[in-house]
Amino acid sequence: MMGSENEGFEEAHLYASREEMENLVLDDPLNNNGNDNNNNNNSNSSINGKSYSAYRSAMSSLSDTHHPLSSPILVTSAESDPLLSPPRFRDLRNPNAPESSYIEPPAYSDVIFCPFEGNNVSDINGVESPSRNSDFSGRFSPSSSSSSSSSEYLKITVSNPQKEQENSNSIVPGGNTYVTYLISTRTNISDFGGSEFGVRRRFRDVVTLSDRLSESYRGLFIPPRPDKSVVESQVMQKQEFVEQRRVALEKYLRRLAAHPMIRRSDELKVFLQVQGKLPLPTTTDVASRMLDGAVKLPKQLMGESTVLAPHEVVQPAKGGRDLLRLFKELKQSMANDWIGSKPAVVEEDKEFLEKKERVNDLELQLSNASQQAEALVKAQQDMGETLGELGLAFIKLTKFENEEAVFNSQRVRATDMKGFATAAVKASRFYRELNAQTVKHLDMLHEYLGLMLAVHNAFTDRSSALLTVQTLLSDLSSLESKAEKLEAASSKIFGGDKSRVRKIDELKDTIRVTEDAKNVAIREYERIKENNRTELERLDRERKADFLTMLKGFVLNQVGYAEKISNVWTKVAEETSGYEKESS
Amino acid sequence: MISTNRTLSGSSQSPRSPSSQPPYLSVSVSDPVKLGNGVQAYISYRVITKTNFPEYQGPEKIVIRRYSDFIWLRDRLFEKYKGIFIPPLPEKSAVEKFRFSAEFIEMRRQALDIFVNRIASHHALQQSEDLRTFLQADEETMERLRAHETSIFKKKPADLMQMFKDVQSKVSDVVLGKEKPVEESDPEYEKLKHYIFELENHLAEAQKHAYRLVKRHRELGQSLSDFGKAVKLLGACEGNSLGRAFSELGAKSETLSVKLQKEAHQLLMNFEEPLKDYVRAVQSVKATITERANAFRRQCELTETIKLKEINLNKLSLIRSDKVGEAEMEYNELKAESEEATRLFESIVRLMNEELVHFQERKTLDMGIAFNEFARGQARLANGIADAWRSLLPKLEACSSS
Repeated sequence: MMGSENEGFEEAHLYASREEMENLVLDDPLNNNGNDNNNNNNSNSSINGKSYSAYRSAMSSLSDTHHPLSSPILVTSAESDPLLSPPRFRDLRNPNAPESSYIEPPAYSDVIFCPFEGNNVSDINGVESPSRNSDFSGRFSPSSSSSSSSSEYLKITVSNPQKEQENSNSIVPGGNTYVTYLISTRTNISDFGGSEFGVRRRFRDVVTLSDRLSESYRGLFIPPRPDKSVVESQVMQKQEFVEQRRVALEKYLRRLAAHPMIRRSDELKVFLQVQGKLPLPTTTDVASRMLDGAVKLPKQLMGESTVLAPHEVVQPAKGGRDLLRLFKELKQSMANDWIGSKPAVVEEDKEFLEKKERVNDLELQLSNASQQAEALVKAQQDMGETLGELGLAFIKLTKFENEEAVFNSQRVRATDMKGFATAAVKASRFYRELNAQTVKHLDMLHEYLGLMLAVHNAFTDRSSALLTVQTLLSDLSSLESKAEKLEAASSKIFGGDKSRVRKIDELKDTIRVTEDAKNVAIREYERIKENNRTELERLDRERKADFLTMLKGFVLNQVGYAEKISNVWTKVAEETSGYEKESS
Repeated sequence: MISTNRTLSGSSQSPRSPSSQPPYLSVSVSDPVKLGNGVQAYISYRVITKTNFPEYQGPEKIVIRRYSDFIWLRDRLFEKYKGIFIPPLPEKSAVEKFRFSAEFIEMRRQALDIFVNRIASHHALQQSEDLRTFLQADEETMERLRAHETSIFKKKPADLMQMFKDVQSKVSDVVLGKEKPVEESDPEYEKLKHYIFELENHLAEAQKHAYRLVKRHRELGQSLSDFGKAVKLLGACEGNSLGRAFSELGAKSETLSVKLQKEAHQLLMNFEEPLKDYVRAVQSVKATITERANAFRRQCELTETIKLKEINLNKLSLIRSDKVGEAEMEYNELKAESEEATRLFESIVRLMNEELVHFQERKTLDMGIAFNEFARGQARLANGIADAWRSLLPKLEACSSS
């Protein structure tokens, strides 16, 4: 069915963002549009022999974006425009599915919106696309081309922000208010023991979740959480801020859900399911930690409780309470760096070091590309705006000439102007739609750029685990040499030296515990190394798939809209072909 | 370069013209050359005339002219041919920086070429002696004429006197509490004036947006170029098939950047300039409106003055004063002037009406051409963009399957 420009024309009213446009009664100069395309095929137009694609403007659900870089607000145009028949979700694998009635090269304007638009639309309509368990913005997940046979999904939505009171006895009456959000989950993963549920959480809970995940999943590329905002409480209450935060939270949780290991984590489960207070240990702030550590320090210096328990070893020294350990590891790292003494265990994985270099390089280029992408988006936006303004100016001129016409030549001119103006306004709308889609596609660059932080954190996990191992090893060696010395000294005394013997025994105990700790630390280090490795593989794999999808989407989008815009102007060129300058 | 075949009203074939070839006068302005140094630097143009008009020295003539020569011509025509919409000239000054930019020079050359050709194809203007001077005189003569024009006293003494009188009467009007200057009370003419003034505003706005659109094309071109470079670097970093995909994308992006810059230039020359030209033409009409108002006022004043003089004359002749002779002479002089003024005013009215018809027709044509050029350019650009991106798709498909 040939989508006609008539549809598009009605769209002009639907999507006009200026009152002027809405007030104008533009009688349709495109009456013969149904025949136009046929005529075009027959005429030997030197201008354009390409396909005249069907006009499927309804996908302009995003034409109302005011800021090109904000998340586009989805207008459910599916419901608003009854003229459009359902399957607008076109499979990327089948671009040649004939929607256009021409056997010309495939009209990509039919296909433009498929991967993302289709996704969102089908979500709205309640049709779940199983292999996609996150929306575009949270896409660090197995791409469709390599999707597993499982059809599990974990769909999280954040909504319904509400103000709540802190019910502590604060001195300030009605003081501390905060905002909670409704976190709704839909899933078919059995571990959850339920398929739909919701809880209320506040931002602080998200921080807790994030911190606990960082502890439990060292070495993984854990998506970074939204920033805590240091703003006045007044701003915190503002609608815009709350909405921004809601969007950011949703993106974050969806990314977590997309991570193959984290989605199965207890922490996430608990966060999503457990009603009431979040049953995860909260993070204490730096000051309290230091305070605790300071309390412990004298004892440690006195020689008591110097031993590092195995369970402590699995966490980095930094951020902990054990100041002594902190100092020791610091000393060790200095020894590594400055004195140049080679510690017993060293980062020898050349492959890893190379990969790390690559990651740094990648980050640099991503940042650059991301910036240029933003500039491109702005330029496209401006183009559309100015075209629209030009069109409007001519619409005013048209009205003016028609009202004041004395000569017939004026009326003819008015008609020409109207044709031109209408085309300009249409083209302007296309640019804006093109841009909204471009934003969605190129957003992938920003996504991966954001992920680099997670990668750095994972690498840091690795190096701090290594440092712990190194410190323990040097601890161990100094303990052992101490023990040796004592034994040598005590063996000289006949019958043994009671106090020395006692000391030797104590030392031997310490050595044993430290040995245990060392083994645990090594295991932890190896575990983190393995995590790094698998995550890097996953990153490469998914990034390749995601970027290819991005490129395809971007290119298809450009092609589709270029075709539409070309059609618009080709028509005007034909209408004004009578004026065509003879080549001089 | 437009060769004219407009019929020459009232002109006859001179016995000199050898054939029955229709009369033609064709002019071109070309080859801008920068001359002079520093602050005094300027651009000179080559003006080539080809004609079989008998009044001209020969079938072909080449002269060198500069911008101020064109101004001279325009001013002379404006004085002599009241009532006719003198073709507009491109703006005088430009920001110093751009005065010698290739684009500016080309735009000006194009506008000057159009200017002269419009004069050459206007049935009345093409007969102008000043035009002949402009097209044929040697450089020194031209320079002398130009200097004379631009002198502070370029107005002839009679004109100066008139200016004086105008000021006088204005002042006395104010002093005597007379209301605003006399204006025609023709409702159709009022409508026309209103139309012209409004039209200028609308056109100016359209032209402003057209100019911005040119800029937007340039900006989009630039950002595509930058984006292309960044993407290529990213591709180099990625390596493998993905890297290749990025590199291809980057290359295409850079190609398209070039296309956009080209289209920006086309837009400037073939759409924005014609729009600007339209604005200038409307301003020329406004100048003619002013002339008409002046002529009308003069006619009214003279009529008034004559009445007074007549009364005075009668008074004098009644008392048989010896001043009668003088007064009579003055009266007759004024009568002649008044008739002249009336003739002038009426001719302006007549000419304007004729001119208006042509003006509207011509502008419809000009705009039609401009729209056509715009549409073709945009379609060409869009097709180029679609083709470029489309060619990438099979490569992208290949990448993802590998």
